[in-house]
Amino acid sequence: MQDQVLLSVQHLKKAYGAHKAVDDISFDIKKGSIFGLLGPNGAGKSTLLRMITGIFHPDSGTISLEGQPFDGLKHTDLIGYMPEERGLYKKMKVGEHILYLAKLKGLDKQTATEKAKYWVERLQMSTWWNKKVEDLSKGMSQKLQFVATVIHEPKLLILDEPFSGLDPVNANVIKEEIFRLAQQGTTIIFSTHRMEQVEEICNQIVLVNLGKKLLDGTVDGVKQQFKEHIFTVSTTDVVKQLPDYVKIIESNEYSVRFQTADPDAPNRVLTQLIAQGNHIHSFHEHLPSLNDIFIRLVGTSPTARPFSAA
Amino acid sequence: MKTAIIIQREYLSRVKKRSFIITTLLLPLLFIVFMVGTSYLATKSTREKNVVVVDQSGLVKDKLKSTNSVKYSYSDLSVEQLKEQLYADSFTALVYMPKFDLDKPQTFEIFSNENLGTEVASNLRNQVNELVRAERIRLAGIDEDKYKSASADMVSFQYIVGKEEKKGNTDLATVIGMASGFLLYIFMLLYGASVMTSVMEEKTNRIAEIIVSSVKPFQLMMGKIVGVALVGLTQVALWVLFLVIVGMVAMPFISGMQVDPEQAKALSEQAMAGGNNEAMQLVTTFMQTGTLEGVNLITTFCWFIFYFLGGYFLYAALFAAVGSLVNEGQQDAQQFSTIITLPIIFSIIIMSTAIKDPNSGLAVFGSIFPLTSPIVMMARIPFGVPTFQLLMSVLCLAGGFVLTTLLAAKIYRTGILMYGKKITMKEVGKWIIRKN
Repeated sequence: MQDQVLLSVQHLKKAYGAHKAVDDISFDIKKGSIFGLLGPNGAGKSTLLRMITGIFHPDSGTISLEGQPFDGLKHTDLIGYMPEERGLYKKMKVGEHILYLAKLKGLDKQTATEKAKYWVERLQMSTWWNKKVEDLSKGMSQKLQFVATVIHEPKLLILDEPFSGLDPVNANVIKEEIFRLAQQGTTIIFSTHRMEQVEEICNQIVLVNLGKKLLDGTVDGVKQQFKEHIFTVSTTDVVKQLPDYVKIIESNEYSVRFQTADPDAPNRVLTQLIAQGNHIHSFHEHLPSLNDIFIRLVGTSPTARPFSAA
Repeated sequence: MKTAIIIQREYLSRVKKRSFIITTLLLPLLFIVFMVGTSYLATKSTREKNVVVVDQSGLVKDKLKSTNSVKYSYSDLSVEQLKEQLYADSFTALVYMPKFDLDKPQTFEIFSNENLGTEVASNLRNQVNELVRAERIRLAGIDEDKYKSASADMVSFQYIVGKEEKKGNTDLATVIGMASGFLLYIFMLLYGASVMTSVMEEKTNRIAEIIVSSVKPFQLMMGKIVGVALVGLTQVALWVLFLVIVGMVAMPFISGMQVDPEQAKALSEQAMAGGNNEAMQLVTTFMQTGTLEGVNLITTFCWFIFYFLGGYFLYAALFAAVGSLVNEGQQDAQQFSTIITLPIIFSIIIMSTAIKDPNSGLAVFGSIFPLTSPIVMMARIPFGVPTFQLLMSVLCLAGGFVLTTLLAAKIYRTGILMYGKKITMKEVGKWIIRKN
């Protein structure tokens, strides 16, 4: 992975009347990384993404792509955007539809056809080519939308809740494609409120709520930042006693969960247990899940407002 | 470039539809069927009215001519007896005409079971007055044929317009003005509504956001408006072609009669042959100058295309804006689109005034004000319009079109991505004022 920054967002602001949808958000996204944009519904994710894709103008702040200020005319073709609420022209045929969206992204007819054939084959959709879009199932149209989003080989791929409505098999197919694209150097922004997907997929995350950035960092870094120094030690024998400088949260015959703020404490606890003649079975630190962190940070704030442009 | 791709899709997706071919073929047919049908029904649906005349004056007996709807018969029975028959519905009306003084005004009574309207009374009045006149002339000792030739209408009037002293034909101008005004009315509503529903579809289908991540909302809106305009032009072109073909087929019949005057005479109706000569002359002048009875059809057609496009673009932008404001339900659409259709309906009202008096203040205002000018000016053009007014009208329409498009673009851009909540007029106002 290169350390070059592909997208840089600085002090971005967007308000709809008195409602601040995005309130001074900054972050950088490295080339080839999978970037998770997290937040509850109505946190300002969609507005943020619409500004990055050039659909909305920010009230203030800058967006730059590959070091250059964002320019709608020049940069929209470098971006592939799959919005959360997405639809298709029902009366068009599948192949026709892919070609149309590809041409709108600046591909000429021949290239568009070649790429379309490639992707349709790749995702096992060849037999649908002449089907009408209205005859597709929800999962099928999701795949079609994915193809339409990536067909022009965007440098920046923005996927807003890409797995909603997909069955596990197809979700996996799309997930594999996302990994493959990232490996080939595509930078991906992945917006969701499903934390387990983020832990699995993303390198870097930003958490937003009520238009403000709450958190920024790598998945591991964030977890380290929010860890509560809780450890569990389990032994083959009955644990007799723990030193009194740790706080025992839970214990049963063979294992104890404890909390301590002292960085040396884990070592000393282990030394003491070993000295007492216990056989250590396992010892590990509990890192919070992103879901826990998410709920801890967002759950206490007033409920997110629904998107509105009033 | 990208706008061209959108135009192409909007155009092809409409023209390829079966409904396009059907409406293109069916509309003129429907129009003809409607015109012929109503006039046919108008003559056919009138009930036959049997009028029994008791004539003691001896003036009208066996002389009244029956028409399709009014049949005259005569009876010598007493009025009382006939009244009984009338009330038993044996016939429609009973007229009793006693002996009367030809030199004094008279009123005769028509007995009937129901109010018969003006037809019977006016038919009787005309015929009886004619007979009375003939009788008076006979009594005065004047030869009837001499009287007829002496009283034939000899004088008519012709408008000569402007310094160029062009012949003006009010009847033809009226017909052409009305027809083009109504056509524009239908087109603007039809194609405008097509733009509106299409925008609504894109919004409720949620394809709009995908498209505007590739092109500017303005490009999407204009692509759609231009695409539909081309569909409209295609339709008009097909109809003109249709007309030309019909004309080509009809031509040999007209000239055939012209070439063979014997045959024309064989039809024995001198007037009709004269009519054909006149018709042929009209066709020839039309072929040479594009003018029909002083109305330049070619220029009128060009103006028609101009006002069609101008009016359509002006309203289509507004219709697109309305479409973008709608959330799922059709009701919002109706509410907003009523506001837009009102000026179009007003245009039709002003148009009827403009046809009666093409240079009245209201007509002049209506033909310059861009929301009404397409229809009103189109109705005035066949009568001839001062160049200055035409110029003003063209400029105002162009300006109005630019203004509504800019306005609509601002509403459309935000509206198309607004889901879930009802949009108020106040918010729309804010979007228009907002810079970004």
